[in-house]
Amino acid sequence: MKLANQTLKYLSVSVLMVIALWSTIFYLFMLEVIHDNIDEELENQKRLIIQELASEAIVSPDLEFGINNYKVREIPEQQAIKMQNVYKDTMLYKQDDDDPEPELEPVRMLTTAFEHKGHYYELSIINSMIEESDLIKNLFYSVLILFFLLVVSIVLINKVVIERLWSPLYYFLDQLTKFRLGKSDDKPSMDTNIVEFKDLQLAVTTLIRHNEEIYEQQKQFIGNASHELQTPLAIMINKLEMMVETEGLQSEQANAIAEVLNTAERLVRLNKSLLLLTKIENRQFLNNEDLSLNTLVTNIVEELEDMATFKNITIQVQQQLELNLSLDSSLANIMVSNLIRNALFHNIEGGEVDITITENALLVANTGVEGPLDAEQVFSRFYKSDASSKGTGLGLAIVQAICHLYGFEVSYHYDQSKHIFKLNFPSA
Amino acid sequence: MKVLIIEDEAELRETLKGSLVKEDYIVETAGDFRSAMDKVSVYDYDCILLDIMLPGGSGLQVLDLLKQEGKSDNVIIISAKDSLDDKLRGLELGADDYLTKPFHIAELNARIKAVLRRKQRDGKNTLAMGNLLLDLNDRNLSIAGEPVALNRKEFDILNYFLLNKNRLVSKSALAEHVWGDNTDQADNLDFIYSQIKNLRKKFLTKQANVDFEAVYGIGYKLVEK
Repeated sequence: MKLANQTLKYLSVSVLMVIALWSTIFYLFMLEVIHDNIDEELENQKRLIIQELASEAIVSPDLEFGINNYKVREIPEQQAIKMQNVYKDTMLYKQDDDDPEPELEPVRMLTTAFEHKGHYYELSIINSMIEESDLIKNLFYSVLILFFLLVVSIVLINKVVIERLWSPLYYFLDQLTKFRLGKSDDKPSMDTNIVEFKDLQLAVTTLIRHNEEIYEQQKQFIGNASHELQTPLAIMINKLEMMVETEGLQSEQANAIAEVLNTAERLVRLNKSLLLLTKIENRQFLNNEDLSLNTLVTNIVEELEDMATFKNITIQVQQQLELNLSLDSSLANIMVSNLIRNALFHNIEGGEVDITITENALLVANTGVEGPLDAEQVFSRFYKSDASSKGTGLGLAIVQAICHLYGFEVSYHYDQSKHIFKLNFPSA
Repeated sequence: MKVLIIEDEAELRETLKGSLVKEDYIVETAGDFRSAMDKVSVYDYDCILLDIMLPGGSGLQVLDLLKQEGKSDNVIIISAKDSLDDKLRGLELGADDYLTKPFHIAELNARIKAVLRRKQRDGKNTLAMGNLLLDLNDRNLSIAGEPVALNRKEFDILNYFLLNKNRLVSKSALAEHVWGDNTDQADNLDFIYSQIKNLRKKFLTKQANVDFEAVYGIGYKLVEK
């Protein structure tokens, strides 16, 4: 949920609660004031009625609330003496202009007693009350309008505030999303006076710098370690090569040496690939030149023909268009060669490799194991679809590293029983 | 032929020396910058293998001295650093070749032979073994005087074997040399067998007195019968 919506959610819920509480209290106060007013009015009426009745000779009982809004009946003395002013809310049938027939309406009734020339009477006076449901209804609607207005203003204020105040943060966030360790040159930054944002920027910059140092150290470590391995590997390989040439070797010993030599050579290839990866990532190849992908593919296919023939694999090259690229020629060679070698290597006896060059892409499709490979993993270092494979597991990682360096896109998909690797050259 | 190995790593130095002695070269060695400078300033060598990182100085300084004396064209730099800068600098100073460690002995032999052959300057550019004669200029082979047709790969393979007579040529060395440098996958080297088989067939039909000898599944040796 976005910050703006979150703020809106909290603010509207709390405003709603505050308004609800406020309107309840307000309602109760209103009711209190209205009651007080009506009671005073009733008290006043009582005084007037009693005064008026006092001037009359006899009080004739008036048992219905008529036009005068009061009724009188005679009561015994005992009852009258005990009686006090009693106010109560009650309901009476009344008919307004707009009512087709009498309806029950709330009234306030004062019941009291008075004495007139030795007779005792009970007097009930009514006054129409405000209808509470009407009051509540009206109050509810006004509160609702208030709430709606408040929410609208919160939304507007929020929008302005977020656009104005939070815009550096969103800008920063956008840069941070695009930032890639070891690949982006510019660190995310924002122009702001807000202390929290400044702190955030400082914290992020420190974190990035720290990470970059570690990344750099790690890269250097891989590079240095690979370099340092070169000489010991050279000694191993050359000594073993000399050893295997020794006259009069038992074939058992010779085979053991041969196995060690093969393993050592695997180590050499692995080390070379790691060095190459480090060099690509360190951008040590940038002798860009314009070269034709078509020529490159043709040459590499020719180079690999013997390998393909041996595995009985048919390589077909379909050149739809001439595709020229600007990149380092040795990297271009490694990139294309690794892709095609990969297609040959993971192929089946009597399989196929189809290479297609389009306007801005190179597709290499090959037959191989049934079912798609893990598209997420296939370019990862040391990923092997087949554990017994003697490959370094770095071939496609190198292809990907070269693509990253030049902004090419490399992807894998499985279609019609073929593993398809696609190089996309957006700028071409 | 006199070859000087300038290499600080004693084990490697001795191994290389052993291999070069097998090729009937007179081999001298230097293990640090000072002794390397002493040797190159006093003696002449037909070929110098030069490591760049030396105790006491840089191999490039040795190369500089050789260049001043006009003797830098028979230098093969052997370095653990596959650095483009070093390579360019080395070749600028007149070095003939640059070989990154680790390398195959067969590859080193081939490179040394290339340097030595250029030194002969007798116009002859052939390699011979038994009744085989490979002409490197015209890129053709004759067995017992009769021309034999070779395709490009077969020529390259035979050329490599003739630079390594009676020596082991491993399949990976051959693959790197003939099929490009960036082989990354190991168990696809069996295709070399079919190439060797083709060459062997040609040897048999023309009654060549040389043959390939398989070496414990690692590679082959070209030997005289």
